[in-house]
Amino acid sequence: MNNKEWSTPKAVAISKDTKDWEKGRYGPVPPKSPSCYGFSVIAKVKPGREQVVRDYGKTIEAAIKGDPNVLAPLKLHYLKWVLFDVGSGLHFMYQGIFDTDFDKYVEDAIDLFNKTGISTVFENFEDWPEDWRTNVPAVSKFFHEHQHNSFLEYGEYPFVSADEIKKALKLKASFEDMLDQMQ
Amino acid sequence: MKLELDDIQHYLLTRPNARIAQYDFLTFRNPESGRNWISALLHTVGNVESVLKSEDTDMRWVTIAFTYNGLKALGVTEECLSTFPDPFKQGMSARAKMLGDTGENHPDNWQDNITSPDLHAVIILFARDRIERDRCVKEHRKYLVKNPGVEILSTLLLEAIPPFDYVHEHFGYRDRLTTPVIEGMNVTPSPGSHPPSKPGEFILGYPDETGEIQPLPKPEILTKNGSYLAYRKMQEHVGRFRDYLKSNGNTIEEQELVAAKLMGRWRKSGAPLVLCPDKDESEVGWDDNKNNNFDYAEMDPHGYACPVGAHIRRMNVRDKSVSGIMNRRLIIRRGGTYGPHLPDDAPEDGADRGIAVFAGCADLSRQFEFLISVWSNDTEFMELNERDPFCGTQDGTLDFAIPKRPIKRKLKGIPAFTNVRGGAYFFLPGIKALKYLSDLR
Repeated sequence: MNNKEWSTPKAVAISKDTKDWEKGRYGPVPPKSPSCYGFSVIAKVKPGREQVVRDYGKTIEAAIKGDPNVLAPLKLHYLKWVLFDVGSGLHFMYQGIFDTDFDKYVEDAIDLFNKTGISTVFENFEDWPEDWRTNVPAVSKFFHEHQHNSFLEYGEYPFVSADEIKKALKLKASFEDMLDQMQ
Repeated sequence: MKLELDDIQHYLLTRPNARIAQYDFLTFRNPESGRNWISALLHTVGNVESVLKSEDTDMRWVTIAFTYNGLKALGVTEECLSTFPDPFKQGMSARAKMLGDTGENHPDNWQDNITSPDLHAVIILFARDRIERDRCVKEHRKYLVKNPGVEILSTLLLEAIPPFDYVHEHFGYRDRLTTPVIEGMNVTPSPGSHPPSKPGEFILGYPDETGEIQPLPKPEILTKNGSYLAYRKMQEHVGRFRDYLKSNGNTIEEQELVAAKLMGRWRKSGAPLVLCPDKDESEVGWDDNKNNNFDYAEMDPHGYACPVGAHIRRMNVRDKSVSGIMNRRLIIRRGGTYGPHLPDDAPEDGADRGIAVFAGCADLSRQFEFLISVWSNDTEFMELNERDPFCGTQDGTLDFAIPKRPIKRKLKGIPAFTNVRGGAYFFLPGIKALKYLSDLR
């Protein structure tokens, strides 16, 4: 990140055309935006699975409580899981904001999805590959095919990583502590 | 699940005590010649079992591997070829941009006809010395005379460089300190090293670290007991490297420390900076019970001993918060140095020298390509805005941070100490698979 780039809010309109995107190991990679990297994966829920999917909210909550740093390798800011039905059946939306593009660490992600139970929630969605445990290209293909690119992204503090935010907050806390010690 | 050691080529699982090797890169002008060549050489291809049983000085074993175009040229059907993974089908040069092989490292600058679609196979010959090497080469030439449709596209001679008392590359760094151990080979990893890997991480047809056996490309007789090899030829600019050390260190000791900071280990002994932050301690470097017995998260979280961007800290992260699946990113490295030794006190002579390495793995994308595209070449790695100082693409525009109190030191404008001069993906088949290829009609 350039010096002070974070201090000017920024919005970027993203073209529908992806032909100029960089190619990652498993396919095209969206460029970094003021709100960092991320994806919005939308999948149709298999009939009758709503409650099963909702219950996974608790499963994931418990997994992170058990090991708060379990998702650290993914360099996440936020995850948001949403269920909605606008007349074409129940859909699940998985929005994630990361500091790295998903393609780079897709194997880490799948491993962590397996460990935390995220993968098993995907078994409730249509098109999820049956051999997801072993077939990384198929899982990556699912994410590519169900990913809906943003056409606008905004950052109040553009391009700032989660690590930089945590460092700044730690520094602030240390500084306050230092001032306390000097009383 | 027991390893079929009599059906696996020895190359990745044994290490002949060779000082010299020759790589011949070949093309098959017609399928028959290629098949006949394999058939004639089959008895010289070493399997793990026979090589382990043979004398330490026995170097007569050869290794043969094929590109995707090579398998096609031998007559493997399109239906079968389509079941191989994309990276192998496309080849390394087609994936150069994604790997980060740009600028001076672009495949346009690669040597030895290595990007030619006619590259079909490589044969690796080992020898104790030049006399033995010449004998092997002469023997191999006889097979080529008998099969005139098999032609040499290029040849690379690898030879150990002095001093011969330790294995090292042209910059003088001790090498081969960290090698994966495979379950079933009866080798105990040294303290701090990775636990034994499941064979499927390197050999097709066995359970990997997920506990599953990955589906084999077809036909199974061709791919069971095989591995993928990623070939990488890296030119080393020794004069440039030494000049950089001199311009960043006033004394020999300071220069040696800069060299160690870039690598994460001291040059001569390989002692890790995490254990020996201030000076080389050869008793640590030469003690296998110590030289890998360290981590970063607990022992050096800020990189005051070993910089976060040092080569060994990028390529083997040893920290669960950076990667929880380091056991799925391992490669078995084989290879050595090519070109003449540049003595310590000699000026740069412009000679072509470097290392030529084969990285063995079961999944080119997950293992080799990840290491190069992300941990070597991704400037976002650990938010450093750096690339690996040795195997990353450098052009003098990036720096290298050495964490230090009260403020970090920056090595400015890291030049290209190395350049990629060749690369290709090969498939290293098992012994039965070689027979299958030689019998194709």
